[in-house]
Amino acid sequence: MVPISYVFGLSAALFGIGVCGVLVRRNIIVMIMSIELMLNAANLAFVALGRSLGSTDGQVIVFFVITVAAAEAAVGLAIVISIFRSRETANADEFNLMRW
Amino acid sequence: MTAWLFGFLATLALVSALGVILQRNPVHSLMALIVTLLVTAVFFIALGAVTIGFLQAIIYAGAIMVLFLFVIWLLNIQAEEREAGHLALKSFGALAAAALVAELLAIAGRAPAPEAAVKPSPAYGTIATLAAALFSHYLIAFEATSLLLLVAIVGAVALARRMPRRRSTAASPAAASVSATGQDVSAPEVSRRAASA
Amino acid sequence: MFIDLLIGAVKAVVVLLLVLNLTALLLWFERKGSALIQDRVGANRANLLGLGARLGMPNLGLINTLLADPVKLFTKEDFVPDGADRFLHWLAPFLALFPVLVTFAVVPIGDAVTIAGHRIVLQAASLHDDALYVLATIGIGVYGIALGGWASNNRWSLLGGIRASAQMISYELAMGLGVVAVVMTFGTLSLQEICRSQGGVWFGWLPRWGIFVQPVAFLMLLAAGMAESKRVPFDLPEAESELVSGYFTEYSGSKQAVFMMTDFAEVALIAVLLTTFFLGGWQVPYLYRDGFILPGGVHWALSGPAVAILGVISFFIKTLVLCCLQLLVRWTLPRFRYDQLMRFGWKFLVPVGLLNLVATAFVIVLAGH
Repeated sequence: MVPISYVFGLSAALFGIGVCGVLVRRNIIVMIMSIELMLNAANLAFVALGRSLGSTDGQVIVFFVITVAAAEAAVGLAIVISIFRSRETANADEFNLMRW
Repeated sequence: MTAWLFGFLATLALVSALGVILQRNPVHSLMALIVTLLVTAVFFIALGAVTIGFLQAIIYAGAIMVLFLFVIWLLNIQAEEREAGHLALKSFGALAAAALVAELLAIAGRAPAPEAAVKPSPAYGTIATLAAALFSHYLIAFEATSLLLLVAIVGAVALARRMPRRRSTAASPAAASVSATGQDVSAPEVSRRAASA
Repeated sequence: MFIDLLIGAVKAVVVLLLVLNLTALLLWFERKGSALIQDRVGANRANLLGLGARLGMPNLGLINTLLADPVKLFTKEDFVPDGADRFLHWLAPFLALFPVLVTFAVVPIGDAVTIAGHRIVLQAASLHDDALYVLATIGIGVYGIALGGWASNNRWSLLGGIRASAQMISYELAMGLGVVAVVMTFGTLSLQEICRSQGGVWFGWLPRWGIFVQPVAFLMLLAAGMAESKRVPFDLPEAESELVSGYFTEYSGSKQAVFMMTDFAEVALIAVLLTTFFLGGWQVPYLYRDGFILPGGVHWALSGPAVAILGVISFFIKTLVLCCLQLLVRWTLPRFRYDQLMRFGWKFLVPVGLLNLVATAFVIVLAGH
């Protein structure tokens, strides 16, 4: 059995990669994907902690996170589509107006 | 989970996660993300959360990622050119992320030792245990989730709908994307019912 | 320890070979069956040293498609179009085939048998959450098709890929609702348990098969499954008259053969799942652990191995009948329009599935399980 701190370490690394993606990439779709990566890293930590405590709560939270991620992806991508219609770009730096 | 299995899966997860942010073609990024999600699902199963692992594969990898694929196609996003500028900004981003990882790793080092870990019961992670928790202690949150999904469906359709006065060329993928949006937010409904069964 | 590993490996190989052989058999049946339906001879050219004529047949019959078709496909040039994403173009067919093949791992082809003190479950891998596993692998199967269409750098392919992925994830929902209704009825996610609880009879004569409890779910899963396998009434992704051949327009040689194999493996998969959920899987009517007990009270004792073999045979007969039914539908019905397809999935199958689910839940609560 691997120590639970290893799984935490992996989760931290995945989260860091996600943060790096959001900060470095300018493509809005890839940024949203990086956010999914961060959510996923957090899920991993929840499940690992739930396992080490022997409790189901961690899994329940992951269940809710997956549901919220579905809603977030649907609405977020709909916003991207509607911005893309007017600005014709997926580069986040070009989204510099508060109206469209 | 044995050490070699952990090592293999962790390497796979890290390489594919790096692929998400390093690939210049969004479709390749998406493929890397799907691999990461599936590897995480395997991690969940190895950690005893079998049901959640399968739900991750069904909903996250099987439905939400298809929605991303549709949007990439709909917007016809090509591979990015390597741009010269923003080097300072990018190195700052990488540094900030590295600092965050260092901090998180320091916290992870203080996690409970393996001998302190509780031996889980045989029912741990089964669909019955999960459903029992969802339908008793977390009932209100669960119902709120269904409301959230409904709002998300309506919001996504309202946002992505084509304005009647504007006409552009891509007609059929738009219809596909709307239906994908609808499917996507209702996919958790299926799993919710699966959990209740 | 070692013997268990060996048993596991043998089971995996046997299941894989069974699926691949079933696939080849379906290819032959498709070619000859379609010829029969369309009143022509069909697939009668391949010949080897006049062997067929010497045996009194016009050609080599079964060998024709089992041997000649693969040889033809695997020796053709493997063409990759200009501007294609070479890696994904190469990967896509296998990405399509792999999830379908691994799904067969959880399908029980027979009851547990005891050989030389080892209890062997005739199921390559028995999980506790088989039904979820099936849904997961079917969900992952979308990517091979979608990427095949995208990576070819061809408008027709891309349109086919988009159609295929939209269609597959739409009908996955109906499929999920059908599976959930079945799972609720039997109270377990394990396919082996579902098969076991379909043994025995009601009223002294009616086998306790799922189809008699969940007829609506059976029809739903049949329709959704045929849409998942993207074959004729639902073959919008490869509609020849509109898209050349859809997502595999730019595929040739062995890669196209893999796509075709995926098609037939999906047909077999749907048949296998329907058999397991609704037709009792490996159950033979009136056959129990120690022999037949017919409705009239006639008892005919059989030994354990004979019962197990009968079970496996019955499983394959049911599977073949359902495969033939799907092929028959394919050569009988014309193609849907795309809006009809979406309307059927979203506005008919999903509401019916939800109603069926509510009705099932009511009955379960009233019956007081």
